[in-house]
Amino acid sequence: MREAAAMTQRERSAASSPLRSAATGGPLLVAMSGGVDSSVAAALCLEAGHEVVGVTLKLWGGPQDQGCCAVSDVDDARRVCQQLGIDHFVFNYAAEFERDVVEPYVDAHRRGLTPNPCIACNRHVKFDVLLDRARRLGFDRLVTGHHVRISARTGSPRLQRGTDTAKDQSYVLYMLSGADLSDLWFPVGDYHKDELRTLAAELGLRTARKAESQDVCFITEAAGRERFLAERIDLHPAELVDASGQRVGTAPAVELVTVGQRKGLELGGAPQRRYAVDVDIAARRVTVGGVSELAARGVRLVDHRWASGAVEGDVLAQTSAHGAALPARVDAEGQLHWREPQRRVAAGQAVVFYDGDEVLGGATAAGPLT
Amino acid sequence: MPFLETQFANPSGAHRMARASRLAIDDAREVAAHALGFDPHGIVFTSGGTEADNLAVRGVTSATGTTALCPATEHHAVLHPVETVGGRTVRVDAGGVVDLEHLAAQLHPDAGPPVGLVSVMLVNNESGVVADLDAVAEVVRRHAPDATLHTDAVQGVNWVDVAAAVRSVDLLSLSAHKFGGPKGVGLLAVRPEVPLSAQLLGGGQEADRRSGTHNTAGIAALGAALAELTATRDADVCRIGALAARLTDGLLSAIDGCAETVTRSSRAAGICQLLIEGIETEALLVLLDRFDVMASAAASCASGAMEPSHVLAAMGVDRQAAAGSLRLSLGWCTEPWEIDRAIEAIPQCVKQLR
Repeated sequence: MREAAAMTQRERSAASSPLRSAATGGPLLVAMSGGVDSSVAAALCLEAGHEVVGVTLKLWGGPQDQGCCAVSDVDDARRVCQQLGIDHFVFNYAAEFERDVVEPYVDAHRRGLTPNPCIACNRHVKFDVLLDRARRLGFDRLVTGHHVRISARTGSPRLQRGTDTAKDQSYVLYMLSGADLSDLWFPVGDYHKDELRTLAAELGLRTARKAESQDVCFITEAAGRERFLAERIDLHPAELVDASGQRVGTAPAVELVTVGQRKGLELGGAPQRRYAVDVDIAARRVTVGGVSELAARGVRLVDHRWASGAVEGDVLAQTSAHGAALPARVDAEGQLHWREPQRRVAAGQAVVFYDGDEVLGGATAAGPLT
Repeated sequence: MPFLETQFANPSGAHRMARASRLAIDDAREVAAHALGFDPHGIVFTSGGTEADNLAVRGVTSATGTTALCPATEHHAVLHPVETVGGRTVRVDAGGVVDLEHLAAQLHPDAGPPVGLVSVMLVNNESGVVADLDAVAEVVRRHAPDATLHTDAVQGVNWVDVAAAVRSVDLLSLSAHKFGGPKGVGLLAVRPEVPLSAQLLGGGQEADRRSGTHNTAGIAALGAALAELTATRDADVCRIGALAARLTDGLLSAIDGCAETVTRSSRAAGICQLLIEGIETEALLVLLDRFDVMASAAASCASGAMEPSHVLAAMGVDRQAAAGSLRLSLGWCTEPWEIDRAIEAIPQCVKQLR
């Protein structure tokens, strides 16, 4: 293992190995989080014969921060680069992250929406300012450790689900255009997570057994979402009412209630399961109801992003990172109609359209179509 | 390197090998005292500039029950200890020069807890601005006669006749690696009668002011490097100043939207800091590295990321302009061909990024 790690870039590209390679071409910039996926991504780029440079983004927190981009993660990324014999840099995008990810996340909660900060980070940081910098620096492509693939089936490149469907990340990358994709490569999308861990272990990379990262990187598990938001915005108690407007309970903060949520609603001895069906942030009122009241025939959508031109007609639609893609129809106005009624999608969440494994585009939910 | 091989004895011992180690340390102490214009008894060897700064700020304020003041442009090795002892910062002007009126106001008893130490660096590590320590001392003596004046001379020793510049100073920090010595060794020079409480307690080395077994090899190397520096400084400053001027002029004429952060007459000879419009230094440094030009921006944090410069912020440079700041440092080993390489590479890289 140690010998493998000590191999130089040239030796490794000449040696035979179990790695599968795809792209060919010039220098690649690999965004390395300090996790196993991006570590192996860098190794796969080397294997494919590229000149490779690693970069870790400092997005959040000080030296003591335990959340995203903690110093220990940067240390891990740097060590993997040392083991692979490639250069490593750290880019500080903390200001962009604060402006384009954290502030919109907080503001969305203030407005009663349920934002997805990973999508905002991908859209505004990783695949905007970082991709732009990679191009300016003369790299052929930016590479990340996301579990997705790029399909060339239809001429213009399209985003495709990763081979390991349990790890697929196409939902959080739906905003990537064909032009973006021609400057990107996702080499781990062809592998299962177990295979990646095996490859990392064979290369002696210290990240081989590292645990998966958490959900929202800038919110530590210990402090939680409530404390994070309470430090930034005023939280207001909510009144819970049923469909007839009758008061049935309370919730500690209307800003923290998400449509579809069941836990955290103080409903005194309600007989059946009840969910948040609607959030009226101005009135500080949450309407609750049973599963049937939660159902909607479709989703009102705004802020569409299409892979290559607007799509109308039958699609599969996915409304959460690892949810099922369900049959639906997109109408001429870009609104989504389910084939069968589905649970309401919280406003602010992304809805992503698929044709089989390929991403056609996506949009942001603004409310139910009833 | 005899002190890492055969002459390995602890200098605090009583036997002949220990005495040989002790001799090397005492020689270095005398070289340092002579070069800096301090008494040999006032030289306290430390692990470097950061420890010396911490010892000065924390040692004086804790011995006297006071707090400390420093300009907002100080190195973090001074800024953070000053914050920790409840201290305050003093403004600088757009040229990076300490605002003496604000200093006087901050020394006034009404401004807050009594000040026992004022720390002003001799040469700023980012902008290169040289402080007039006599003028600072005059304000301190007039407004707070009991306060001491400390200077972080880590960056200054290469460029300024230190002994003359620090006549009015009570404490001075130095780090060997800035003048050809090894990393991990430095000193705090202290005038007699300055109250100082030790921050590292143990065997009582360095006259009870800094416990810990001496780094004999490092201290001997510090002495040798400082003696060499003192002998060659005037000639080096002259030679390097001309190279720095050629570098700066070359870049200013080759790059549109490029300016020096401070006037050339106010800064040390070998530090050239520029603001380049329309680029981010973080990206520029990656390209320069690929051209074998090794430069720096501001400070780095623990992760290795570039942090926005607190020095430029204190001088009133806005954040976006500061993101395009480039610091080029020249030293005694800088050669003319390296200046040519930089003048060729930097404008090319800037053009690519714009």
